[in-house]
Amino acid sequence: MNGILSPDLCDRIDAWLERFPAEHRRSAVLGALREVQKAYGHLTPERMDAVADYLGLPAVQVYEVGSFYTGFEHRPVGRHTVAVCTNISCWLRGGEELLAHIEKSLGVRAGESTQDGRIYLKSEEECLAGCCGAPMMQVDHVYHENLTPEKADKILRALS
Amino acid sequence: MSENHNQMCFATLEHPEPWSLRAYESVGGYRMWRRILAKRPPRRSLIEQVKKSGLRGRGGAGFPTGVKWGFMPDCDESYLVCNADESEPGTCKDRDILRFNPHALIEGMAIACYAIGAGTGYVYLREEFGDEPYRRFQGALREAYENEMLGPDIQGSGITVYLHDTLGAGAYICGEETALLESLEGKKGFPRFKPPFPANYGLWGRPTTVNNVETLALVPRILRGVRGWRVGTEKSPGTKCFSVSGHVSRPGNHELPLGTPFADLLELCGGVWKDRELKAVIPGGSSVPVLPAKTMMELDMDFESLEAAGSLLGSGAVIVMDETTDMVRMLQRISRFYFQESCGQCTPCREGTGWLYRVLTRIVEGRGEEQDLEILEKVPDRIEGHTICALGDAAAWPVQGMLRHFRDEFEYYIRHGKSPVSPA
Repeated sequence: MNGILSPDLCDRIDAWLERFPAEHRRSAVLGALREVQKAYGHLTPERMDAVADYLGLPAVQVYEVGSFYTGFEHRPVGRHTVAVCTNISCWLRGGEELLAHIEKSLGVRAGESTQDGRIYLKSEEECLAGCCGAPMMQVDHVYHENLTPEKADKILRALS
Repeated sequence: MSENHNQMCFATLEHPEPWSLRAYESVGGYRMWRRILAKRPPRRSLIEQVKKSGLRGRGGAGFPTGVKWGFMPDCDESYLVCNADESEPGTCKDRDILRFNPHALIEGMAIACYAIGAGTGYVYLREEFGDEPYRRFQGALREAYENEMLGPDIQGSGITVYLHDTLGAGAYICGEETALLESLEGKKGFPRFKPPFPANYGLWGRPTTVNNVETLALVPRILRGVRGWRVGTEKSPGTKCFSVSGHVSRPGNHELPLGTPFADLLELCGGVWKDRELKAVIPGGSSVPVLPAKTMMELDMDFESLEAAGSLLGSGAVIVMDETTDMVRMLQRISRFYFQESCGQCTPCREGTGWLYRVLTRIVEGRGEEQDLEILEKVPDRIEGHTICALGDAAAWPVQGMLRHFRDEFEYYIRHGKSPVSPA
């Protein structure tokens, strides 16, 4: 299990722990899982066990957080996460059509990753709070607003 | 309008680096906090001032901020939490405050901590803000610590305030204040029963105040008595950040006096795009009932006017729809969102949001039946008021609003199996 959390990863988790009173280690679960996901790409039961062990929590308390929030992935996904907003403000300005275009140009459906492992096209339900720049997408949480299919293609092509 | 435009939360926008400490100080930033550090006024006197200012929460519910602060008891351990989990569809103002004026939020939080007697404050940002908004906020936080605006015994005042940044992990429900507290405790975002309210039993069971980003960012300038706040109506004093999106020529965030006519706001955004007619507006985020064009064009944007018209000011997200908008599909999209984001804790919401989405999908796909209208009328009534948190209400209101004003479009869809509006 120690093999999962490298010293660097432990430091990062400690930085989350430092934000909370010492007796509330559980508060660092979200931060710790995020750091583990950043390091490995996705969560597994073993990786969640390692977090539970490190924080001194029952494993179930980590599993239930890992499965509740949509930011956590439980299977391998592409290197870059692309989320296209189709919620109402984007929907009114072509967000759905943009997503359909991107699905076609990448050859994947929302929720899937490209064969080459480059791009994960996240299935996004939430509004991404880029409403005044609709339609928009996020690439690894970087906002790209006022998109056209051509602009989106160009951004996606540039990803390594 | 221009002299009252972007004068509060967006006061630094004209500066080349609006997010910097220099920019914030150039518009009087941290003056109020320094005054408090120097004079240590009784904390209750600040609460009285906030009460008198008429400030109401800017996150959606509009609860009087000073009253909320006044619920906080004197005790050893209590907390301030800033809700920066902005995710009400159509709303993108807090993101801009975080990006362009993070110091206003920090000063507002420092003052709020002092006023409610808390030594520690947490900012909970949605994970999707993890790049630019988060970095800007973190940068400002660092600057504030380096310049001795935060920390232990600040500038020898004997006042201690620590602020920490935290991130969510993707869940609309965590914008609900008690779900947010659960999330901060490292749990699933399940809303709690109220009472007890957070002022009695909040973060880790300690007295806690939860305020929205815009609310807190307004506090320093309100307390300094700047002219920019002395606007608005008698019952809705001050300003509001409106996020105008959808079918307008120039979507954008605009901070304006409450009571600004909708027609003026629409004009500021270049009017309805493509020379089309206005059809309808959702005036306060996806949760509030839609209003038809005719009503909106005569309405002022404030708490009381929108309520009297059968909707709500909500988060100030103004979603504009032109004549080509298919209202049934619009509602289907809204219902899909609440169905997906219901946390599943309460049966009426978990099951009801699914019913609504499936019935609407059936109608959109041309398989609607006469009885579907009845279902769409009954289900929201059975969700509303029967759940722990307001997500259930938020799922019900858009359906009720759409049926109230655009019932004929639903009837047409059911009878003819297709949309009554021709696609754009």
